[in-house]
Amino acid sequence: MTIQELNQIQQEYAPLVEVRREIARQEEKVTPFQQYRKQVLVCGGTGCTSSGSKKVIEALEKSLEAHGLSDEIKVVKTGCFGLCALGPIMIVYPEGAFYSQMTPDHVERIVVEHLLHDDVVTEYLYSETVHEDGSILSLNETNFYKKQMRIVLRNCGVIDPEKIEEYIATGGYQALAKVLTTMSPDDVITEMLESGLRGRGGGGFPTGRKWAFAKASESEDKYVCCNADEGDPGAFMDRSILEGDPHSVIEAMAIAGYTIGAHQGYVYIRAEYPIAVERLQIAIDQAREKGLLGEHIFGTDFSFDLEIRLGAGAFVCGEETALMTSIEGHRGEPRPRPPFPAVKGLFGKPTVLNNVETYANVAQIILKGAKWFSSIGTERSKGTKVFALGGKIHNVGLVEVPMGTTLREIVEEIGGGVPNGKKFKAAQTGGPSGGCIPAEYIDTPIDYDNLLSIGSMMGSGGMIILDEDTCMVDISKFYLEFTVDESCGKCTPCRIGTRQLLEYLDKITKGKGTLEDLEKIKELANHMKTSSLCALGQTAANPVLSTMKYFMDEYREHIVDRHCEAGVCKAMVFYEIDPSLCKGCTLCARNCPVGAISGEVRSAHVIDREKCVKCGVCLDSCRFGAIIKH
Amino acid sequence: MAEKIEHVFSGTQEQKQQLLDVIEKHREQPGGLMPVLHEAQNIYGYLPIEVQKLVAEGLHIPLSEVYGVATFYTQFSLTPKGTYKISVCLGTACYVKGADKILEALEKKLGIKSGECTKDGMFSIDSTRCVGACGLAPVMMVNEDVYGKMTVEQVDEIIDRYMRGEAGVQK
Repeated sequence: MTIQELNQIQQEYAPLVEVRREIARQEEKVTPFQQYRKQVLVCGGTGCTSSGSKKVIEALEKSLEAHGLSDEIKVVKTGCFGLCALGPIMIVYPEGAFYSQMTPDHVERIVVEHLLHDDVVTEYLYSETVHEDGSILSLNETNFYKKQMRIVLRNCGVIDPEKIEEYIATGGYQALAKVLTTMSPDDVITEMLESGLRGRGGGGFPTGRKWAFAKASESEDKYVCCNADEGDPGAFMDRSILEGDPHSVIEAMAIAGYTIGAHQGYVYIRAEYPIAVERLQIAIDQAREKGLLGEHIFGTDFSFDLEIRLGAGAFVCGEETALMTSIEGHRGEPRPRPPFPAVKGLFGKPTVLNNVETYANVAQIILKGAKWFSSIGTERSKGTKVFALGGKIHNVGLVEVPMGTTLREIVEEIGGGVPNGKKFKAAQTGGPSGGCIPAEYIDTPIDYDNLLSIGSMMGSGGMIILDEDTCMVDISKFYLEFTVDESCGKCTPCRIGTRQLLEYLDKITKGKGTLEDLEKIKELANHMKTSSLCALGQTAANPVLSTMKYFMDEYREHIVDRHCEAGVCKAMVFYEIDPSLCKGCTLCARNCPVGAISGEVRSAHVIDREKCVKCGVCLDSCRFGAIIKH
Repeated sequence: MAEKIEHVFSGTQEQKQQLLDVIEKHREQPGGLMPVLHEAQNIYGYLPIEVQKLVAEGLHIPLSEVYGVATFYTQFSLTPKGTYKISVCLGTACYVKGADKILEALEKKLGIKSGECTKDGMFSIDSTRCVGACGLAPVMMVNEDVYGKMTVEQVDEIIDRYMRGEAGVQK
């Protein structure tokens, strides 16, 4: 393909895609569709697919066919819109009508009333997008989207990720064309350095420096790798990018290849992400077919190709040296550094390894310039960050905000606060390597350095909101169980240290801990930090240390008072029946799996604490609220 | 609790041919062992020692290394899974929303522990780390079907539907 051909495709398809952008609607310069009266976008990301978007699409296509609308209405299966809690999501353009929680049963009415007769079905719209007078608000005006800034996710929920033409329509592959025809590798490195882009996988190492090191290494063979082994449980940014905009990663990897002098790239992706794997493969095939991967790209001397490698469920493979060992076909165990991958990486050759989200920024930086990018964010953290917002929060989903946005803005404004009137307790970032941001730091502007200084870390972007019902000791135990499972076993401090830490925590949650244990935990954590081989072991104690720092009272309460305020640690919980509320209906006694409840019909019942296994069935089954959990 | 069952390897000639083709395809590929094991598991459903031997011979890699890789990654299984493979997500988002109680209810219902398979080979339970559907937490999967926003009460109902053959497609 030549650059002229690329431009032609862009011009041909731009009107089709442009109308889907909210911005076009606001400025009222909606270009008429070429051939479609309306376009219906349905989310085909993992979140919405899980809640049934496939069936919605099927029902939609069937209904359009039945009403003879197939030629005037275009159905587009997109990537993630971000608001996963409201899935399956469907948007109809040019109105921008945002239908949420769709089921196949809703489809017929939308087709008949809205698509056929132009009468929006207000009842099915996401309530926040309906104005008091019944008019529709733009998505950008809703609380969830208002404070967001979409650079990485700019095409997610806008284009069909399985059609390369739609990516090209948004300016796709123009950055690669620019780099190959007008920039030297050193120009690219300068641009990346000046942009201030730092690795989004968690470490925050400047991307430009990484590329410069790999370029400086002399070797005939070099490699470009992409880390899509998103292992932090509760994080799904990278998956959503690959599902919604896979070409942005392919394009960036080709740019990286040109910069360092590599001709082969690998994307290492979790096998647990079947949709992302499929879309990425389709994207690679289409790019090859168009000559955007392969020999002599845009007629230049540069050749580059990509291959997908599947992970197989090992968290440690998110560590760069372990990831490369895994691609080489071995047990994914880390290697000591130095030598760093930029000198000796995959198959012993100089290698650049970046995370998916990092790559997704690259083309935009090339096109819009380092100045533009570095104007966003804080002094030392530039650009935006995507967070997977989850846990005890209203708007569970994917959000992208400029660096420096405060936690309060994310939780209260974008996230819509904690549900059920509960109190915000902490946000966990950085997963098993990170820590907690307690309520008193809710106004901290989020960037790499601020998070480190309060004992957490940016991590890859998982952000789990915890409320007052969460026990902080239990949460640390949860993470330690995870690292014990996932420790590869190669080095002793991690293999034995994580196990020992877990045993201390287990003791504490069972009401058998001592204050001395807390001292031992700190000492052990220190040893692990300094002597483990890779980041997994070095950071494994972080969840414990950060919760001890901010929630020491809770640890003490577990140890001294044998009490778990949140009522999570079962060993410290007991159930009781309030005799004044108990009607003697016998329901709890019949439901109790161990026969621990006794009493006469129509008189108050009693729980035998010796027999009780604290399963909580009685509490759930009582209709009079007579069971009390202590 | 279910008794331990002995698994007798019952691979067919057809499966073997498929595997040999896969090995042939990846023989020259650098680091081809992982892709071969992935495809082998797709063919057989698991990776018994007999299959590992074929892979080792085909790729000229010591059996100890094949075994080492097969046991390192949690996605590879050395024992067969149930006709209905149940996975409960124990990622953080699901955990804070009570996924452990879902797992407990399942274990009680089926009389097996996580990682085990019922004696009749119908159901197996595994806990997994994050399927990425955090918006639907807590999440459980039966083969490819995803059940989101699970409650303990739904566990009985869903499993019963599979037992009666009203849900899911048998492999």
